[in-house]
Amino acid sequence: MKNIAKKFLALIITLFIVSLLAFLAFQIIPGDPTTKLLGTEATEEAKLALRIQLGLDKPILLRYWNWLSAFLTGDFGTSYSYHMPVREMLSEKLAITALLTLFSFVLTVALSIPLGILAGSVRNESLDRAVTALDQVVMSIPSFFIGILVCFFFGKLFKFFVPGDFVSYTQDWGACLSYLLFPALSVAIPRIAMTVKMLRGSILKELGQDYVRTAQSRGGNRAFILRRHVLRNALLPVITFLAVSAAEIMTGSIIIEQVFTIPGVGRLLLASISNRDFPVVQAIVVILAAWIVVVNFVADLLYQLVDPRIRLR
Amino acid sequence: MKKTRNSFFYIGGALSLVMTLLILVGYIWTPYSPTQMDAAAINQAPTLSHLLGTDNFGRDIFSRVLEGAGTSFLIAVCVVAIGCICGILIGSLCGYYGGIADAILTRLCDSITAFPSVLLALVVVSIMGPGTYNIILALGLLFIPSFARIVRGEFARCRDLNYIQSAKLMGVGNARILFRHILPNTRSVLLPTITIGFNNAILSEASMSFLGLGIQPPHASLGSMLSDSQTYLGSAPWYAIGVGGTIVLLILGFSLLGEGLQQRARRT
Repeated sequence: MKNIAKKFLALIITLFIVSLLAFLAFQIIPGDPTTKLLGTEATEEAKLALRIQLGLDKPILLRYWNWLSAFLTGDFGTSYSYHMPVREMLSEKLAITALLTLFSFVLTVALSIPLGILAGSVRNESLDRAVTALDQVVMSIPSFFIGILVCFFFGKLFKFFVPGDFVSYTQDWGACLSYLLFPALSVAIPRIAMTVKMLRGSILKELGQDYVRTAQSRGGNRAFILRRHVLRNALLPVITFLAVSAAEIMTGSIIIEQVFTIPGVGRLLLASISNRDFPVVQAIVVILAAWIVVVNFVADLLYQLVDPRIRLR
Repeated sequence: MKKTRNSFFYIGGALSLVMTLLILVGYIWTPYSPTQMDAAAINQAPTLSHLLGTDNFGRDIFSRVLEGAGTSFLIAVCVVAIGCICGILIGSLCGYYGGIADAILTRLCDSITAFPSVLLALVVVSIMGPGTYNIILALGLLFIPSFARIVRGEFARCRDLNYIQSAKLMGVGNARILFRHILPNTRSVLLPTITIGFNNAILSEASMSFLGLGIQPPHASLGSMLSDSQTYLGSAPWYAIGVGGTIVLLILGFSLLGEGLQQRARRT
């Protein structure tokens, strides 16, 4: 319990530092935000009034504090290009990207663990070599290229879906999920290959341990030893790896949105970067970063839950 | 078992060698000029005269792939050079001397590596603006922690070994111990890290250019070409497949090589 409290404190501090860095990073950009909000023809008085209204005349630490407290209450600032609250622009897009990321993550876990166990328990040498080679090739294909291939084969050739014809979950959940299946799979495939490789290595390492030989000498058959003894240990490092994967899958989702023209956070982020719409960029970056920190925290807790040896330390 | 291990190294080495040679040739000679347009040959399928076909302006895709791969290759080399040199400096000092600075820098490196490099590069590019030099700088900075971590671990391990202790007793200077005695011994760990880093650099650059935040036109880059090719996916699928296939071959070659090097290091 004490350990968890300590980790939780570390989480809060990390989130605090991340938010401070994200705030400072966007302070060093040259240019006056009031000009961007009011246009170049605005009078000096109007600019000054807006500066005071936005609190830009205050010292930087106070500004950080004001920004952070506003952010925590859900006020993400005003977009330069659309002159509307960033929060309104984000909400639906964030949900779409979260859905895509979650979908992809579920696919990764659901497919990689059985495949990894299968790859780890193969005893035929040439089959093992073929699996390893295939795995290495799949790992080397960037997710956006897989996305393009999926668009070509399943979209253009077999006509399973129409690339670009995205339906939001607000209209039709079923249609939305069936469209998202293809981008989710594109992001998941390289990650699945990596997880399979990692799990296979982990199983092979555990199979060489003394306790496996002991179990064998006691007459346990291979399948039983695998299931009962080896898997429990072999799956441990995979948890940490999946946490890293969760962060990578999110970035992958942002990129894949470009391929499948999904109106999620990724497209908004890229549009905002090219329009130099910094309040939007900042809000997205802080949310994504916070999400990654939280995912790592959860993975850490999960690891402790599964492996009692770590709790004792 | 032994055979599999070696085959990674040899196949990867051969593939990366072929790709590197092709790219090097591409710097001095390409079958056509990468920017030469030909209105009579638009979106042609691959033939013997145009190995990968032509694009929407009638430009030879093979020549453009060579040019684009050359750009990506050069960027990856610069990124890895920045990451590796700064990483070795930071990692060696941290690992050898330890102390508070080491603890802080290690924590910092750990936190940075928790974030995907493409996401961080997006932030840096959104602040500094897109462009070749900015992308090199952004990715180079982001690659430092991964090198620093590995190097730090090795230096911390070697610090207390006997031969370093005796070198110290003989009055060898710290700088000489660091770079003359310890650094060469980290080679077996550093080499695979460099190869895998190179691999990641190619992938990150391709992702950034694919998103339109890397190399800006008129320069060709594999990522931006792949992004262009999407428009013609229905009419000219070989464009996307030729460009994407090149990225895959580049990454595959270096990842196999890295894998092989890693297994070699583990065996000795």
